[in-house]
Amino acid sequence: MMMRAPRRRTSWRRAPRYAFLSVFALFSVFPLYFMLVSATNSTQDVLASRLTPGGHLLDNAAALVAQQDIGAAMTSSSVIAIGTTVLALAVCAVAGYGFEIYHSRGKDIVMAIIMLAMMIPFAAVMIPLFRLFARVGMVNSLGAVIIPAISTPLLILLFRQSSRSFPHEIIEAARIDGLGELSIFARIYVPTMKSTFAAAAVITFMTSWNNFLWPRVILLDNAVQTMPMLIANLTAGYVTDYGVLMLAVLLTSLPTILVFFILQRAFAQGITGAIK
Amino acid sequence: MTSDGARRRRRDSPPPDFTPRTGPWLSTARRRNLTGWGFLLPAALLITLFSFVPMIQAFVLALQTGRGARLGWAEPLWMNFERLLHDEIFKLTMFNTVFYLVIQVPIMLILAMVLANLLNDPKLRFKAAWRTMIFLPCAVSLVSYSLVFRTMFATDGLVNDALMGIGLMQEPLNWLGEPWTARFVIIIGLLWRWTGYNMIFFLAALQNIDPSSLEAARIDGAGSFKTFWYVTMPQLRPMIVLTGILSINGTLQLFDESWALTKGGPAYTSMSMSHYLYELAFLKNPNVGYASAISYVILILVAVLAFIQMRAGDRRD
Repeated sequence: MMMRAPRRRTSWRRAPRYAFLSVFALFSVFPLYFMLVSATNSTQDVLASRLTPGGHLLDNAAALVAQQDIGAAMTSSSVIAIGTTVLALAVCAVAGYGFEIYHSRGKDIVMAIIMLAMMIPFAAVMIPLFRLFARVGMVNSLGAVIIPAISTPLLILLFRQSSRSFPHEIIEAARIDGLGELSIFARIYVPTMKSTFAAAAVITFMTSWNNFLWPRVILLDNAVQTMPMLIANLTAGYVTDYGVLMLAVLLTSLPTILVFFILQRAFAQGITGAIK
Repeated sequence: MTSDGARRRRRDSPPPDFTPRTGPWLSTARRRNLTGWGFLLPAALLITLFSFVPMIQAFVLALQTGRGARLGWAEPLWMNFERLLHDEIFKLTMFNTVFYLVIQVPIMLILAMVLANLLNDPKLRFKAAWRTMIFLPCAVSLVSYSLVFRTMFATDGLVNDALMGIGLMQEPLNWLGEPWTARFVIIIGLLWRWTGYNMIFFLAALQNIDPSSLEAARIDGAGSFKTFWYVTMPQLRPMIVLTGILSINGTLQLFDESWALTKGGPAYTSMSMSHYLYELAFLKNPNVGYASAISYVILILVAVLAFIQMRAGDRRD
């Protein structure tokens, strides 16, 4: 694709498109560049709008470690994000597969009800959920963050739609070979649908790593705070140390940016597969 | 995935079925049907327990009043909802939220569609690079980007320096300290974070459009705009409805930006409904009954707007 030169006659007509794309790409990337550069600058440099890397990375790191328990926050965030992703993929993939492969009229109604759940804003269930977890003594427990996020209509829908392209003859063949229903799922379906699983994993990992409101509500003790909670706390004082803040924001963003780059192709494929 | 133990138990309990198709077929079919239901059970139970049950509980709470643990039925029952009508702060947060929705969602969806069409052009070069750059903001959390924007739009921050540098402004502007500029910064932030996300959905939809329908339009002599408007757009409609519902749902629940970018200020003028709900339910002097009434207003707004969208999407087909 990139080897093919545009035809001479049309190349100037296409210039506005490239200009528009360039402007928007710059708009998209610039704040991230600013965050990266500011993490290496002192607060004075950040406020002087310095846009080149500076030598204050280690100072900022030392100040951050002195002010906040970064290790604990990273641990909480990792446990929540990895735990949610593993459990959500298991539960939602099985459900999406079940909806598509074992079709019956009753399931369409259940599916419609589950889709209805997609319309329920989290704000509307947050107070009863807090009361529920408080009653069973799970305030400040990471489990209280993970459990409500395991079963999500969007993931079930993703797996259901993707299962449509999964050839049913393979299932019949496997049944004749004597494989049980769960083995068919685990040994044949899971390896075939790798890109769907990758897409689902990216979405779930990012959402749960970045989740803010619910952890803010249920995790009251700073010892179990997550990375987004930690960075939000950094602006709570009278004076904000911008260099330190941008370093913490960078640290919070690195895991999801890494996941994004590793799996972005699979993500796009998974979405495409899901809406076919 | 599921634990190995569970998988083995499942496989072992019903013995492998070797019955040929001529045998008692119904029992196998029935057992498979049950297996299918079994596959749905964990997901359905979790959604019931953590979405539907609390949704009903929130409604009951909205009819109750009292601070802390001492809750009792409100007198009259709809007291909390009536109080909402006289709550100037609530009206302000509702205005802010609807304002973000009305301004930001259409701009974002149109931008996303334009970008998706540009990226879908087979002659475009560096396609993967453009897509990555425009999609990249989605990798960053809402709180993270809010804090980056907060830093850039600080009074002595980068945006003021740049605008004064190119001579567009004489004095630095207190972006986050004035109601309308604070709202403007939130809208810019939302556009930055979500446009690429919606672009990916449109891109996926465009790639599933049958090229022969576009070819037919070209043969019939339609220009590129007419082809887009009469051939591509109708096929994108389901995706427009989906992204519309997701965006409306997301904007009505806006919290992180209000909390981290503007802190709801100045004086509630950029605060979202969810932010106000959080303050009422979990800060200072919690009033869960009244906060639950607000949560139901959000729920009803989401439901009504989603319903309108779905109807609009259906009728035009």
